[in-house]
Amino acid sequence: MTAVLPTLDLDPFDPEVLRDPLPAQAALRDAGPLVRLPRYDTWAVARYAEVHAALSDWQSFESAAGVGLTNFRTGTPWRPPSLLLEADPPHHDAPRAVLAKVLGPRALRRLRADWLADAEALVEEVLPGGTVELDAVPTLAAAFPLRVFPDAVGLARKGREHLLPYGDHAFNAFGPTDNPLVLAGNAAMPEHAGWVAQQCERENLAPVGFGADIWAAADRGELTSAQAPLVVRSLLTAGVDTTVHGIGAVLHALAVTPGAWQALRERPELVRVAFDEAVRWESPVQAFFRTTVRDVPVGDAVVPAGEKVLVFFAAANRDPRRWADPDAFDLSRDPSGHVGFGMGIHQCVGQHVARLEAESLLTALLARVTALELAGDPVRHLNNTLRSWESLPLRLVC
Amino acid sequence: MTTAARSTVRVAAKERLADGVVALTLVDPDGARLPDWTPGSHVDLVLPTGDTRQYSLCGDRWDASAYRVAVLREPAGRGGSAWVHEELAVGDLVGLGGPRNQFRLVPAPRYLFLAGGIGITPILAMVDAARRLGADWRLVYGGRTRASMAFLDELDDERVTVWPQDERGLLPLADLLTGLDDGTRVYCCGPAPLLDAVEATCPPGLLRTERFVAREQGAPVRDEPFTVVLDRTGAEVVVTPEVSVLEAVRAAGADVLSSCRQGTCGTCETTVLAGDPDHRDSVLDEAERAAGDCLLVCVSRSRGDRLVLDL
Repeated sequence: MTAVLPTLDLDPFDPEVLRDPLPAQAALRDAGPLVRLPRYDTWAVARYAEVHAALSDWQSFESAAGVGLTNFRTGTPWRPPSLLLEADPPHHDAPRAVLAKVLGPRALRRLRADWLADAEALVEEVLPGGTVELDAVPTLAAAFPLRVFPDAVGLARKGREHLLPYGDHAFNAFGPTDNPLVLAGNAAMPEHAGWVAQQCERENLAPVGFGADIWAAADRGELTSAQAPLVVRSLLTAGVDTTVHGIGAVLHALAVTPGAWQALRERPELVRVAFDEAVRWESPVQAFFRTTVRDVPVGDAVVPAGEKVLVFFAAANRDPRRWADPDAFDLSRDPSGHVGFGMGIHQCVGQHVARLEAESLLTALLARVTALELAGDPVRHLNNTLRSWESLPLRLVC
Repeated sequence: MTTAARSTVRVAAKERLADGVVALTLVDPDGARLPDWTPGSHVDLVLPTGDTRQYSLCGDRWDASAYRVAVLREPAGRGGSAWVHEELAVGDLVGLGGPRNQFRLVPAPRYLFLAGGIGITPILAMVDAARRLGADWRLVYGGRTRASMAFLDELDDERVTVWPQDERGLLPLADLLTGLDDGTRVYCCGPAPLLDAVEATCPPGLLRTERFVAREQGAPVRDEPFTVVLDRTGAEVVVTPEVSVLEAVRAAGADVLSSCRQGTCGTCETTVLAGDPDHRDSVLDEAERAAGDCLLVCVSRSRGDRLVLDL
């Protein structure tokens, strides 16, 4: 018996869908465990079980053909592929092992006190006196990661303004190459990419930092000297915009969820839960593609070999088959197991960095701010892969 | 959802490979994927006798449903290998720790693999990786006799030199290790005399070795309940063998995040204030494990009857 394969005429990269992706995600989940998307001649999984399974099963769903819509077997990547995100074992093994150590929870312990002090200093600057209204995107969500992360990597001060547009374009480029967001970013890209490539070289990195740690691994022979700059590039591509949007997501969630800020003030030890619940709820990285290496059964159907499959993290993170009341941002929930950082061998290697940044900033804010609320309508920033805010007007009461 | 199932594997096959060597195929009792691993990794097997033994994974990691280990019967050993050979049967359950990797394959244009006897096990996975990487590699595999050497049928390759001692004498290390270029990495695993000889001959920057030194277990891994104290609240919770520390402390009100729930991602790392951790994760290295100041609560447990956590 052959099941009828659900087919949806849906464009996940349509600006209206990017502005409000929740209805499209629900439609994909409800259509079935596997859905055909003829618009891009591709497939999609959007339920938690299938998303989790596809992310875990790197043996069947490869990343080396690219994790965007472009199939690197037939099309050309816009830049040399990532040694982490766009690689499979065994090539993936060494870069992953090195970066997992460099960004591991134990390596981050030495940054903890400094980052909390940095967060307190930033909050002091933003809240000189009493209650303020501000746009939380530039002043908090972007300001804090940009204050601590480039220093932690060991980047030069000059040129850091390239980081956010570079990351924004890299995440747009996982979408269709003729998409307006991609086309709009193409012109400035050589300049951003040139600066980023320069920063990845040993001589341009500070003697202490994640970048130096990566080069030290190359000195120990754990990476080749050709791999080291590309591993540093992964930090600069995936480590800035994502955390900015993660922090934006948790601030937004706390501002719009009645009682959440008070609950967090009463139990500040919940800050880590709050951030991960926000990553589940908002899914700053919405989806990546995988490519089947053979005919792979999903549900009652089979994806033929060599096909692109959209793996929809955001839809899985709100799948009612997995989560009770999934649309609620709920501090009493255990968000563990969400796929906002992915899952399996490609799970976000910087997740502990993201958590420490968010924890530092929220802890500093909780010490000063008695109430957090919207001060105007927030505005979305559209990106083919990321879900984020362009502007988030907040009132911080103190 | 029981944790015991995740840290327990079932013996799906037991097969004699060579004189004194059996291979075990290990699967999840519920048929789930086993944790991912990389060449050079080993697992801890917790035998029903209470003994813990480390074995290199030597199967195919493109098959996530099974691990393969090969066990040499060591008459002079502490009894673990004899038990595996004589008593362990298909269908039996054994405890699992790891996998962990202290013997990683680093990227290089050329590899020289040197294996002695059962030391072929981690090398076997490395050979597979070197093939897939398209590296230039060579394996010289020594053993007492051809009949004692496992996996010869899987090593039918012109780049493999089989060197049984009774036919050809000791491995010609001086020849093998002379004139290596700087791009070559030498991986050696085998008995201590082989490793000592290789270390004495090989240019040091090129060599990576793994020694199988039986770890002294101060106490057997517990199969009885222990108490976890949540220091910040003062709550105490008894952790029975069927539940993880993570599940137990969450039930006691601690909001610990986790993600992979198999000891690989590090999300649930928790500070240990007192007690003796039984590390069963694949994140911490030996020094970090020895420090005993943190615990990946999704898989790791306690050796003693009491563990105090910073929760």
